[in-house]
Amino acid sequence: MSNPSETSEIVLEVTDLKTHFATPAGEVKSVDGVSFSVRRGEILGLVGESGSGKSITGFSIIGLVDPPGRNVGGSILFKGEDLLAASEKQLRTLRGNRIAMIFQDPMMTLNPVLSVKTHMVETVLAHESVSRAEALRRSIEALRMVGISQPETRIESYPHEFSGGMRQRVAIAIALLHKPDLIIADEPTTALDVTIQSQILSEVQVLCRELGMGLIWISHDLGVVAGLADRIAVMYAGRIVEQGDVDQILDRPKHPYTAGLIGSAPAANRRGERLTQIRGSAPHPLRRPEGCAFRTRCDFSTDACLQEPTETIGAADYRWRCFNPLGATEATS
Amino acid sequence: MTAFVIRRLLQAVLVLFVTSIIVFVGVYAIGDPLEILLPPDATMAERAQVTQALGLDQPLPIQYGHFLWNALQGDLGTSFVYNQPSISVILARLPATLELAFCALVLAIIIGLPLGLISGLKAGSATDETIMTGSILGFSLPNFWQGMMLIMIFSVYLGWLPSTGRGQTGTIFGIETSLATWDGIRHLILPALNLSLAKIALVIRLTRTGVQETMPLDFVKFAKARGLSSRRIVFVHVLKNILIPIVTVIGVEFGSLIAFAVVTETIFAWPGVGKLIIDSINILDRPIVVAYILVVVTMFILINLFVDILYSLLDPRIRSKAR
Repeated sequence: MSNPSETSEIVLEVTDLKTHFATPAGEVKSVDGVSFSVRRGEILGLVGESGSGKSITGFSIIGLVDPPGRNVGGSILFKGEDLLAASEKQLRTLRGNRIAMIFQDPMMTLNPVLSVKTHMVETVLAHESVSRAEALRRSIEALRMVGISQPETRIESYPHEFSGGMRQRVAIAIALLHKPDLIIADEPTTALDVTIQSQILSEVQVLCRELGMGLIWISHDLGVVAGLADRIAVMYAGRIVEQGDVDQILDRPKHPYTAGLIGSAPAANRRGERLTQIRGSAPHPLRRPEGCAFRTRCDFSTDACLQEPTETIGAADYRWRCFNPLGATEATS
Repeated sequence: MTAFVIRRLLQAVLVLFVTSIIVFVGVYAIGDPLEILLPPDATMAERAQVTQALGLDQPLPIQYGHFLWNALQGDLGTSFVYNQPSISVILARLPATLELAFCALVLAIIIGLPLGLISGLKAGSATDETIMTGSILGFSLPNFWQGMMLIMIFSVYLGWLPSTGRGQTGTIFGIETSLATWDGIRHLILPALNLSLAKIALVIRLTRTGVQETMPLDFVKFAKARGLSSRRIVFVHVLKNILIPIVTVIGVEFGSLIAFAVVTETIFAWPGVGKLIIDSINILDRPIVVAYILVVVTMFILINLFVDILYSLLDPRIRSKAR
């Protein structure tokens, strides 16, 4: 079952989400009208450059955007419940329980003075009233699931006694403790070696399918997401500019930005070709161009691009925001 | 861990030996105790007799060798003034000072830590501003003045607490202490509070800084993302991290509490070693001074050893290195 069927249950539905930061210099619109959905067992790759608002989108879902950031519009439906209307107490019962998160830097996400056992047992007990022995049994089980050998003894160790890859496995095991409906992974393999990264990627993919979880994999690396995700959403300057099935996005992108991202990544089947570049750099969040935010860097921009591009919805929920979509032309050339 | 403790104890012996030389030479260099001990009209014969009795006619290295040999047998010399072994004079007074310093330390922690936590968690609020202003006063007002104000307010105006002396003592677990009787506790409150004021301010500041540095770290956000309660995040995740620097500083400060006790003991007429050492320096009672310094150095070493052990209990990264 590489592709979840059309009828499978929607776990998360984000509509027109807006998260802004009030700064002395002005209102930074980090997330400015983002819509997407995630189904059970589906992996959504959320791709974009740093500053595109992809991490803030992730933190908005579990209500952990640091001040001065705040939600200013839209809705986030998690299994029918609007998370933006939920109280802090309701959110806390969901966090780590129904919605889990994995962070970027495995060196920093575990408390250095507490053992892995403490981390895991407290996470179990935060959401279920079971005995400590039962909590420990489940924690060991979760460690075994992510491929940590001798989990009974390793669980007594402290974070500094694990390598980076192992630490990230521990973080993934913690996320799996309550068999959540949704996992938000914020660049979880960026800090790791390539070999460790690919191991973790394939394991996560298998676990996600087996347990029927929705997964949002946030990454700046299109190559990582290409081998992992079912769907890809490409973010640029606080908006999703294009989203659709992985094959559609990679083989026939409509948005020039997506095409630029694909062209700028080295790939085995294009050996010897010159890598293309997207000219210029991402606009400062306070000085984004009017209309399409990408038009100043785009080779195809026209006067029409001075207007805000609306979202066009195609077959298989394929959506793009562009006045001059690339059509059938081969984007990688 | 055991090897670590043994190594530290061997270092301690070396430090004590070097200290004894420095102290002995230093004390020997200042003044002639005969001038103070003998009446001005003493005869040459009387002088010679006292000099010989005290061993002051020997050359310095021989006097030191003599001192060291006796010290190894637990004899740090006989006080010129009390005509008793100097170590027993000090040990008789030491419990009162230790009790005072210990109570001041406990006050510093039970008052300073909660206030520092509140201040750090609500940084910038009116509560934070109030606590920080209070801590500046605790730091900057002279200790003796604070002591006199405490007496003015609580003994003179309000008449709630006695201002001088140690009060009635009792025994708990074989240790003679003021904490055993209500009268003793009443006498202890003001001097202990006086001695602790600057340390309360210090603990508040350390805790506040620690909280502010720790709260934005990723592991706190990850703890929130795991759905832990704020109480568990603050009291387990944050507190255990910030206790590491606090324990270190408090350990070192315990030594300075014993030293600062001199001022507090003088104001509140507390019968501790602080008062004794000032008197002994004034009349050049060398054995007392030497014994006092060696006792204090020993205590410093033991406190630091204790802090190191506590440190490794708190921080697993240090534990694995010490192994």
